[in-house]
Amino acid sequence: MTSVLFGRRLGALAWVTAAFMLAAMALVFFYAPEDADQGFRQKIFYVHVPMAIVTLCGFMAAAIFAIKHLRSGDSSWDVRSYVAIHLSIILGVGVLATGAIWAKTAWGHWWVWEEPVLVSYLIVFLLYCCYQPLRFSIADPERQSRYASVFAVTAGAFVPLNFVAVRLAEQYTHPRVLSETGGNLPGDMRFTFIVCLVAMALLFATLWKLELTNKNVSQQLKRLRRRLEAQAS
Amino acid sequence: MIGTAVAILRKDLRVEVRTRESVPAMVLFSVTVFVLFHFGLDRDSLEGDLATGVIWVTLLLAGLLGINRLYIAERDQGGFTVMRLAPIDLTALWLAKAAALFLYMVVLEVLALPVFDLLLLGPGLDGALPELLPILLLANVGLAAVGALVSALAIETRARDLIVPLLLLPLLVPVIIAAAQATEPLLAAGQSPDDLAKWLGFLALYDVVFVLVSVAVFDFLLDD
Repeated sequence: MTSVLFGRRLGALAWVTAAFMLAAMALVFFYAPEDADQGFRQKIFYVHVPMAIVTLCGFMAAAIFAIKHLRSGDSSWDVRSYVAIHLSIILGVGVLATGAIWAKTAWGHWWVWEEPVLVSYLIVFLLYCCYQPLRFSIADPERQSRYASVFAVTAGAFVPLNFVAVRLAEQYTHPRVLSETGGNLPGDMRFTFIVCLVAMALLFATLWKLELTNKNVSQQLKRLRRRLEAQAS
Repeated sequence: MIGTAVAILRKDLRVEVRTRESVPAMVLFSVTVFVLFHFGLDRDSLEGDLATGVIWVTLLLAGLLGINRLYIAERDQGGFTVMRLAPIDLTALWLAKAAALFLYMVVLEVLALPVFDLLLLGPGLDGALPELLPILLLANVGLAAVGALVSALAIETRARDLIVPLLLLPLLVPVIIAAAQATEPLLAAGQSPDDLAKWLGFLALYDVVFVLVSVAVFDFLLDD
C-alpha cells in the first residue's frame, strides 16, 4: 500500500465545509424567496438536487479512479474509487428520501413514475447497491480491487445511457416548475442553489477525505501491530 | 483474435450440443413462465403492453439462466488456467462467450416465441415479425455483451448465482425500456409503430457502448 497522507489539510477543509453549509442553510431559509407556485416545500429542492448531482458526480469520479487503478495497478486508486461509491450510495438514500418527500407534497404520491430523473436515479442506485456484495464476496484482496474497478468502469458507462433511455421513454415530460440545473431560476434563487451545490460538494469531499484517512490509518496501524508481534515472538 | 474466438465458440457449441445444459433449460423455463403468467394474470390471451411485458421479462429471465452457467465449465475444468497460459488475446474468450450467448438467445426466441404466439398472444405474430426481428437482434447483442461481462465478473465470487442477477438486471433496464417500447405497438391491434427507429437507434448505441466497455475491461478479469 502507499503511505499517502490523506489527512493533510482535512481540518481546514472541514471548517470551510461547515461555513458553507451554515451559509447555505441561512440563504435557503432567510434569503431565497418562497416559490410563488410551490411555496415552502420548494425549499427541499436546495438539498435534493445538489445531493443528486454530487452523488452522480461521485459515481463518475469513481469510474475515473477505477480506470486509473486498472491502468496503474496502484491499489490506492481503488480505495479512492471504493470510498466515492460508498459515500454516494449513502447520500443516494438521502436523494431518494428527499425526492419522495417532494413528490408526496407536490403531487400527493410518494413515488411518481412520470419523473424520469428520479426513476433513472433509482435504477442507478440499485445497480451501485451491488458494488459491495460483489466486492466482499471475493476473498483475494488484489483480485477484489481489480473486479471492483471493472464494475465501477462498467457502471460508470451505464449511468448516462440509463438517463437517456428513461428520458426517451417519457411520452411527455412532467410539467416542471424548476429545471434540474437551475438554468431558469431567478437570480437570488440561483445564487442560493449554487451555494448549496458547493456546500454539498464540499461535504462530499470532506467525508471522502475523512474516510480515506480513516482507512489509511487503520491499515498502517495493522501493519505496525503485525511488526510489533513479529518482534515480540 | 477472431480465429481464437471462433475456436472457443465452436468448442462451447459442441459442448452445448452434446450436454444440452443451457438452451433446453432456457426454453423450458420460458414456456413454464408463460403458463405462470396465464394463471397469474388470469388471462387467456394478451396483447399490447401486457404481451410485451410478459415476452421481454420472460426472455430476460431465461437469458439469466444461460448467463449464470456461461463460464462454469472454464473455471471448474481448468479452462481459465489454460487460456492464461496460451499465447492468446483474452478478449477472444469474452467474444466467444458473447457470441455463444447470442446464439442461445436466438435459438430460445425461435422456439419460445411461436409457443407464446400459440398459448397467449392475441393478435398473432406474423404481421409483427419484420419489425420484431431487428429489435430482437439488437436486444440480443446488448444482452450477450453485458451478460458475458457480468458472468465473468461474478465467476470468482462466493455467491455467484446471487451476484449475476443483482448486477445484470439493473444493467439491462435500458434494454427492456427500449425493446418494450418498440415492441408494444407491434403487438397491439391496429397500431403502427411510430418511433421504432428511435428505439432501434438507442439499442444500437447501448450495444456499441457495452461492446466497447467489455473489450476495454475484460482483460483485467482474467489477468492473474
